Amino acid sequence: MRFLATTALTLTASLGAGAAWAQEGEVTILRVQPGDEEEAFYAEVEQAYEAEHPDVDIVFEYIANEAYKSKLPTLLQSDARPDLFYSWGGEALREQAEAGFVRMIDDLVPEDVRATFPQSALDAFTVDGALYGLPLYATEVVFWVNTDLTEEGGVDHTAIETWDDFLQAVQTLKDAGVTPIVAGGQDKWPLHFYWSYLALREGGPDVVTSAMSGDGGGFENEAFVAAGEDLKELAALEPFQPGVMGTTYETSSGMFADGEGAFYLMGDWDYLPMRGRASDGEGLSDEQLAIMSFPTISDPVAEGGAGATLGGINGWAVSRDASDTAVDFLTFMLNRENQETIAERGIFIPIVEGADEALTNAFFQRVASDISGSDYHQIFLDQFLGASVGATVNDVSADLVADATTPEEAAARVQEAWDFR
Amino acid sequence: MTDTTMPPPEDRPAWGERFRRVATNGRLTAVLILLPPALILFTLFVILPLGESGWYAFYDWNGYGTPEDFVGLRNFEQMAGHSVFATAVGNTVKIIVVSLLVQMPLALFLALLVYRKTPTNAAFRLIFFVPYIMAEVAAGLIWSFVFDGNYGVTASIATTLGIERFFVLADRDLAFYAVMTVIVWKYFGFHMMIYIAALQGVPEDHIEAARIEGASRPQIVRHVQIPHIRPAIAVSAFFAIIGALQVFDLIIPLTNGGPSNQTQTIVTYLYEFGLTRLRIGFGSAVGVVLFVAAVLVAVFYQRIFMRKGTP
Repeated sequence: MRFLATTALTLTASLGAGAAWAQEGEVTILRVQPGDEEEAFYAEVEQAYEAEHPDVDIVFEYIANEAYKSKLPTLLQSDARPDLFYSWGGEALREQAEAGFVRMIDDLVPEDVRATFPQSALDAFTVDGALYGLPLYATEVVFWVNTDLTEEGGVDHTAIETWDDFLQAVQTLKDAGVTPIVAGGQDKWPLHFYWSYLALREGGPDVVTSAMSGDGGGFENEAFVAAGEDLKELAALEPFQPGVMGTTYETSSGMFADGEGAFYLMGDWDYLPMRGRASDGEGLSDEQLAIMSFPTISDPVAEGGAGATLGGINGWAVSRDASDTAVDFLTFMLNRENQETIAERGIFIPIVEGADEALTNAFFQRVASDISGSDYHQIFLDQFLGASVGATVNDVSADLVADATTPEEAAARVQEAWDFR
Repeated sequence: MTDTTMPPPEDRPAWGERFRRVATNGRLTAVLILLPPALILFTLFVILPLGESGWYAFYDWNGYGTPEDFVGLRNFEQMAGHSVFATAVGNTVKIIVVSLLVQMPLALFLALLVYRKTPTNAAFRLIFFVPYIMAEVAAGLIWSFVFDGNYGVTASIATTLGIERFFVLADRDLAFYAVMTVIVWKYFGFHMMIYIAALQGVPEDHIEAARIEGASRPQIVRHVQIPHIRPAIAVSAFFAIIGALQVFDLIIPLTNGGPSNQTQTIVTYLYEFGLTRLRIGFGSAVGVVLFVAAVLVAVFYQRIFMRKGTP
């Protein structure tokens, strides 16, 4: 019995000591599962930092996308919360900040470090004037074009300027027997890109933020209704591959890479993944691919939306009990040298100013210049508006394409979700 | 029941005497050792969460911190006014109806064919039972490939018949029929097994007697076998209804509730509108409604059908 008691005591003591040690020098980082190359990059950064700071132990953990989103709220409330975690900024970060689960880092990020990020990107990680994290990369949603198919169908994608041009091109392709667009309708969010972009083009850059503050009828504003009408006009041409509403994002991505459709509205991040999903594992060559910006509207409800871009600004948020060391590691990971490595390897387009000059891929270069030259970079509505309203935006976009709702009803449903969020 | 278990009052020993007997014969020790683990686990993982969701249901809560925004019955009102919730309830009812009117008769028919113990029957029993053994998510994925209009079985059918390719799971009107087909396919084996076990317990001489009296096969089934296995049918119908209330993991890989929320069930609705949208309060309210429905079914069903059936 005494033996047992002693063992128990020793065990508790050693466990306690272990925990204390872990708190001092361990920095845990949780990220949505990235690609192999990005994971390898983090392993290198981890080693480099640990070599300079032998008393610090950096631990990267990865979970799959959907699981990450549903686990994070619970995780942040537990003692096992990571010090740094991957974040989409926007409403989700606001909710976390309001509940007190993230740490204000204004005092810990020196002015010269802050100056390496564009202000708009820092804004995405700022809630009520306080900084809770740092941006990592920006993405843009563009039309990927299969130039073989557009040529075959007799369409010059470089001549497409307006939405009407685009509808015309879709019709021409259809008449030529080419599937104009592939999309992953079952997952809904690939279709929300259309509604969001159209709303930006129709209502100008601040259409979303003013709707959030309730101005001009909120989400029932004319611009959102017009966006719904534009989308219905497209859907009426039946431009998508057959069975679009039963196709997932992954499948559609592979279909585009297999040359089954001429246009594909998707983020720049799909450049490598879509090739991996092609049935031959290679997909379209760089010569067969082109990027086209989302068309403009010739007579929009409000002017000013023609130069806006839609995409994401993703980065790292700092959780409540994170140590100063964690923030120090964060700034190290995001320094220009490290981010240039990312650019060189073509992993993604780093947001740190100047790092994108190291990009070698022409498509990424184009997207980087789009984003830096953009009048306004709108974050994905399904992230920007929070989980609930975002999912409603996805729902109504899919319903508009499936002809299951009207533009007015779609706008009203989003407003209702916003009221009840 | 009362007259068999309790001794007449005058024979009952004094309380002290009874306690001593219980304490010394080892039963109390057994209870003290064996009960707590189960009780604690059950309380921690069943009773507490149940109570908690009953509490969250009255709050507008996104899962962060503690619920503070008390909204009374608003979550329930919203649910009642939500067209997708109505679709989800309607779909659940459809699954119940199909389970009772298609799946169970099919299972009974097959059970009557293979209940006798022969090697061939054993093989067929195994084949019919395989879908039930398979994990729901795997089954859902397999069927999503079957229904795929580009590469799936439906695509080959369309090519063979020379008709245009069709996409069942992308069709707002057809998708739920496809889902119900998969549900029938997935669970008929389970009901068949219940019937087989019951049919094997039907006394052979009753069947023999009926046959000598000149009863035909359908008459034997109708008047001898089915009356004998009525309790088993009552149990299988009970499982069918409770199972229908919980359908979830087949739907997610098949349609994910789509297109346009046409294939939501109550549980996928809870998941989609409560969990993925981080409206934990609302999701809890749906959970409470589902729980009440399940309890009502369980209680009333047992009262009405299962008591009469048991000997």
